[in-house]
Amino acid sequence: MAQHSKIQFGYRRHPDQDRGGTGAAEYPVVVVGAGPVGLSLAIDLAQRGQGVVLLDDADRIGEGSRAICFSKRSLEYWDRLGIGQRMVDKGVVWSVGKIFHGASLLYQFNLLPEQGHRRPAFINLQQFYAEAYLVDRVQELSAIDLRWCNKVTGLQPRNDHVALTIQTPDGPYPLRANYVVACDGARSSLRQMVGAEFAGKVFEDQFLIADVRMTAEFPTERWFWFDPPFHAGRSALLHKQPDDIWRIDLQLHPDADPVIEKRPENVRPRIARMLGHEKFEFEWISLYKFQCRRMEKFIHGRVMFAGDAAHQVSPFGARGANSGLEDAENLAWKLDRVLRKTSPEALLETYHGERSAAADENIRESTRSTDFMAPASAQEARLRKAVLALAKETEFGKRMINGGRLSVPSTYHTPLSTADGEAWRGGPRPGASMPDAPIAARGGELGFLTDAFIKAGARFTLLEFGNGVAVDVPDDVGVVRIGGSNGFIDSTGLAAARYDAEPGTAYLLRPDGYVAARFRQPTRSALDAALARAAGIN
Amino acid sequence: MPLSTSSNFAKPDDAFRAIVEAHRGLSDAQSADLDAALVLILANHIGDLGVLAEAIVLAQRRMLDASQQQQQQQQ
Repeated sequence: MAQHSKIQFGYRRHPDQDRGGTGAAEYPVVVVGAGPVGLSLAIDLAQRGQGVVLLDDADRIGEGSRAICFSKRSLEYWDRLGIGQRMVDKGVVWSVGKIFHGASLLYQFNLLPEQGHRRPAFINLQQFYAEAYLVDRVQELSAIDLRWCNKVTGLQPRNDHVALTIQTPDGPYPLRANYVVACDGARSSLRQMVGAEFAGKVFEDQFLIADVRMTAEFPTERWFWFDPPFHAGRSALLHKQPDDIWRIDLQLHPDADPVIEKRPENVRPRIARMLGHEKFEFEWISLYKFQCRRMEKFIHGRVMFAGDAAHQVSPFGARGANSGLEDAENLAWKLDRVLRKTSPEALLETYHGERSAAADENIRESTRSTDFMAPASAQEARLRKAVLALAKETEFGKRMINGGRLSVPSTYHTPLSTADGEAWRGGPRPGASMPDAPIAARGGELGFLTDAFIKAGARFTLLEFGNGVAVDVPDDVGVVRIGGSNGFIDSTGLAAARYDAEPGTAYLLRPDGYVAARFRQPTRSALDAALARAAGIN
Repeated sequence: MPLSTSSNFAKPDDAFRAIVEAHRGLSDAQSADLDAALVLILANHIGDLGVLAEAIVLAQRRMLDASQQQQQQQQ
């Protein structure tokens, strides 16, 4: 079997390991785990001016089949981290999914049917590429100190810091952190160190993942089968990745023997039946079962949990890595403000509030998908059979088929939002993420709203639809103005339409690009109040 | 809109008969298939999750009452 490309990094001794009697070095933030979530969080914090130590117990980027689908929201986040374009350039762009039953196409959906967005609905990209590009970005930022082969083996909470013991090839050394963020994955050792439960539902069905290399003319779409001719009675998924690699996911019987199923000589004929030919090589084969679960509290004193360390979902719906990246963007700006003392520590509690609700939503959605694929009783199977049969001739049947509901950002019901005080017919509600739209600069240069938000500093930002009256904006708030005498030009009208905007309309955006408040005609006092609320200063 | 439990058909016997006849000659398994499709079609037609939830509760309560009656008769 061919090996996936690996990127090896060396362990390097750090002066912190030679402090001897002078005591442990102290840092504002220690991030544990250099996967997509930990790397992104470290970059975000560094770009906000925080010094970060990023620890990883390995010396290389993980290989094998892991996350492949990265959402529009994740790409917009990576744009803010300066790495979005590289991901999109390498990735396979897609937005169409097809659902088959037996040999026939039942239903087709488009996750981004409209124009005027900088980023596509999804790209497929092997996780190791995403991690490699993030590591490259980390290495451009002197504020991040990335230490490979540094494993946290001890964690002692103190009143004003966390004392860590780090194991290295040269032996252990101590570190102190004001805050620790654990992004150390589903088997998080930090989660065990704080003594947190991680309970949830275990699914008995087994799935076989094979990444195969072949040149094929299949379109770059997500194909999902119920009861396909090549894999009777179960479900299957086919999806393209870069480098002519195709992800194949086959549902197995719960009692299938993993050792036997995983043998290439047993996998090969099944996939040959699926593809109709034998011209492929295996890159990777693995078998998995999964659990849907989350930590009860994402914050344990000065230790915060993000990504798979905090929550796990079934893989159908691309809600694992993408929700971890949403955790990172949610936490970075809050942690930055708390460290700067521009917001009280209580702001961090909203990280738990917002992201645990999002985890519940992701678990609910992916559990429903899994239950639809693997009905638990004869009657559940009967209901699914009815849905698949009705889907042939009814729209409602098509819409009820659940072959995975793909990741979309959650809308937060949060104390940081200011409730609408006026009438709105559309546009993002407070707590929703900002929709993108095409805009043009005065000089005619075309761009996007998400890009203007980045150029305004990815901080609290007022998005104004000009009416000639300049809004009095607090000093530390960025401004993106559309219309008026000097603003961007909304030549397609899509920005106004997507924000239900009239002249004078303004949205207060949080540093993570979520809507904090919106006004038909903002006043300085209303803006100050919304800003204080969104910053957790009540 | 709450679940309507007043009589909505001009001729309720015709409605009951229509459902009964649809099941005539079917095995239990076929009947269960028919019911599953019928429930989904009607639920979509109603298109109101609140009404659906109330209907489920009412149906579950009837099941409970029936099993309790059965137990009392046995005692």
